[in-house]
Amino acid sequence: MKTVPRIALSGISKRFGDALANRDVSVEVSAGEIHALLGENGAGKSTLMKIAYGAVQPDAGQIRWNGQRVELPSPEAARALGIAMVFQHLSLFETLTVEENLWLAHPQLKRSALRERAVASGLASAAELARPVYALSVGERQRVELLRALLGDPKLLILDEPTSLLAPDAIAELFALLRKLAADGCAILYVSHKLDEIRSLCDSCSVLRKGSVTGRVVPSRESHASLSRLMLGADPPLLTRQPAQPGKRVLEVRGLSLPARDHFDKALHEIELTVHAREIVGIAGLSGHGQSQLVAALSGEDTRAPAGTIKLRDKDLSRHDSAARRALGLRFVPEERLGRGAVPSMSLACNTLLTRDVGVGRFGFVHWSAVARLTSELIERLGVVATGPSARADSLSGGNLQKFILSRELSAQPELLIAMQPTWGVDVGAAVAIRAGLLALRDAGGAVLVVSEDLDELFEICDRVCVMADGRLSPSLAVEQTDMAQIGTYMSGLWATQSEVPNP
Amino acid sequence: MACGLRSRRCPILRFERRSESSLVWTYASPLLAAGATALCAALLFWAVGKDVGKGLSLFFIEPLRGAYAWSELGVKATPLILIGLGLSVCFRANLWNIGAEGQYVLGAICAGAIAMRADETTSRAVIALILLAGCLGGMAWAAITAWMRVRFRASEILVSLMLVYVAELLLHYLVSGPLKDPLGFNFPQTVVFAQPTQIPRLFTGLRLHVGVLIACAAVLAIDVFLARTRLGFALGVRGVAQDAARYAGFSERRALWTSFLISGGLAGLAGALEAAGPLGQLTPHVPVGYGFSAIIVAFVGRLQPRGVVLAALLLSMFYIGGELSQSRLGLPKALTGMFQGLLLIALLVCDAASRVRVRWVPNGALDGR
Repeated sequence: MKTVPRIALSGISKRFGDALANRDVSVEVSAGEIHALLGENGAGKSTLMKIAYGAVQPDAGQIRWNGQRVELPSPEAARALGIAMVFQHLSLFETLTVEENLWLAHPQLKRSALRERAVASGLASAAELARPVYALSVGERQRVELLRALLGDPKLLILDEPTSLLAPDAIAELFALLRKLAADGCAILYVSHKLDEIRSLCDSCSVLRKGSVTGRVVPSRESHASLSRLMLGADPPLLTRQPAQPGKRVLEVRGLSLPARDHFDKALHEIELTVHAREIVGIAGLSGHGQSQLVAALSGEDTRAPAGTIKLRDKDLSRHDSAARRALGLRFVPEERLGRGAVPSMSLACNTLLTRDVGVGRFGFVHWSAVARLTSELIERLGVVATGPSARADSLSGGNLQKFILSRELSAQPELLIAMQPTWGVDVGAAVAIRAGLLALRDAGGAVLVVSEDLDELFEICDRVCVMADGRLSPSLAVEQTDMAQIGTYMSGLWATQSEVPNP
Repeated sequence: MACGLRSRRCPILRFERRSESSLVWTYASPLLAAGATALCAALLFWAVGKDVGKGLSLFFIEPLRGAYAWSELGVKATPLILIGLGLSVCFRANLWNIGAEGQYVLGAICAGAIAMRADETTSRAVIALILLAGCLGGMAWAAITAWMRVRFRASEILVSLMLVYVAELLLHYLVSGPLKDPLGFNFPQTVVFAQPTQIPRLFTGLRLHVGVLIACAAVLAIDVFLARTRLGFALGVRGVAQDAARYAGFSERRALWTSFLISGGLAGLAGALEAAGPLGQLTPHVPVGYGFSAIIVAFVGRLQPRGVVLAALLLSMFYIGGELSQSRLGLPKALTGMFQGLLLIALLVCDAASRVRVRWVPNGALDGR
């Protein structure tokens, strides 16, 4: 006899404006089962998860809990049933201690009981409970999030991309914990787009594409290729990176240290980095280890770098602001597209003028027709889907806006392009176009520095990879001579003992 | 088991952010605000037992009746346009110059200090010098705020506002001390400026002077500056997305100095035109609140140069209407300030309302959008 599933979502549909986020989706998770929800960004995973957590109401469909029909009008209702969720983006109060954060979520518990149970779970020591959250690393914070969810003794635990902030060894620890929870009878819904995690951890898997379930499989019996075909609807497009001889030194960073500005900032320690012409160097690492601080110091948004620490083609530009650095050939694609890489409320033509000098005549007089012409070219160049140069930046999808920003920077033929999380949150097609654009710049003789959390991406396009951990940058590794395991070790900051490829 | 969850909730009104504020509202909300102000005015006249029709006509019809009325309207609108233009530049860059009144006073002081030295034989060219002095005076006063902000990161809102009171006290000191008319029976005032310093009038018998033409030229200049120059564009970017401005490398310091010098200069120019024009001497009564009213002008004019002209005319009507209702209805002149305030509040409410959608949620259920 088939057991009654812990939770059964059936025929769920949800529409946001014109976009259909979920179409007739059915997913079941039983007690003791780790069920994966696999899909690309925008496939409808998050919506489905929020429906299961009561944070979003479905337009159609029903939810059964242990066979009983239930309504989940709010997250409180879901929690009352025993549903807990760990969000992808950390949602802790940074100025409070760990214990206070836990207590806020479980006010019915006595503080002493809460402390006992927290320590007994093995996820936190008594000393850690007293520490303020801002003093914790991202990995530690992730553990607090998990602990907060587990203190409610959940019958169903929903995890949204829980490993995106974790180093490989921490991932192994997390998986062991999840397997133990499942063995104790908890149902787990594991949301991810990482195929190897799903294959090693999950008992069953529902694949979502464009809001619909395209497959229900046992992941351990599938290959990477078969899973990604289900996820993408086609074989993933391939990029080919031809080996190339690096040219002259373009970017040279020597002994760059910057103090943290406040508790929430990360200090940089003795950064050494070289990028040559006709070369793509990647910086791997978990987010929050100082990458944004390093990139801001390189782009010129932060001009505190001591003189002589940053050189472009032997010219010291440590004290230059971003406009001056751009004029010397250093261009940058930031992580935040709206509000930093582009002004949301302004047209694409205005956004072209943000970093391009075209059409600017004497006395800073702007010839808008010339700007609009260039904007049309930029739109065409990388196949940006937009109504034209007068389209507002925030009317474009994330992937299209990213293509536009990249197109704007690439077509200026920079000596050095720095791209931060260039394909974060964009669909597969746009991601391929963006990576191809970076490779084309390299083949045309440009130097490229890519900062990304996506190791697959770095291995696909980079010639050398460095790892950032706790404000320090590792020596670089040639991608042909390294592997994920070594990068994983480096992510824990352990590179001093490793053999290394000397900087040429 | 029936699921007895705590799902029952009171019905609520939910405010949701609209994805983008519509273009229609940009122009509709000042009109709606003006309508709401007129409605409040009508209620007020009715409440104090005055003839509503007559009261409203003093504010909205009388100021437009005849050449003399239009001339007076222009005289009042000139400083409002000049100051409002400068403030539009500041506010677009998300910089808050609240002290245009002080910059206006300094413009008047500097212009007056030159004008009082002229006599009947002085060349008419002295007017250029007077206007230049006023402009520089206003810039210098604004520069204090800009410098304090750059050097000490002092709030430009507080510094510029406090400097208004310093400027007014400086004016009081000067007209009752160093610049006092020795034959003025100890009244706190300067001599009446000599004829050659008088800002030329456009028509005989009317007070309308060339200042109104200068204001129109300034409208065109600021329009071109904001719409067609890279610096004007950079100020606009800074106003809506500071991270993008930093990313682009638009210097914050330059934005601060540019917008404060432009607004200070225009406020000073307005002060000079007023001192050497309709006033003809310096008295403690130089500041009449143009610098503060111009804040309303800038917002009602949607921070657009051409919008500022329309808004300045509207506020001038309030000034004239206030004076008329004092003389003809026996109501206090403070009505002017009250209606100006009402207009600003109504505008802010309309703007806020245009950015949100109000939805009635019968069972108050949360959905996580």
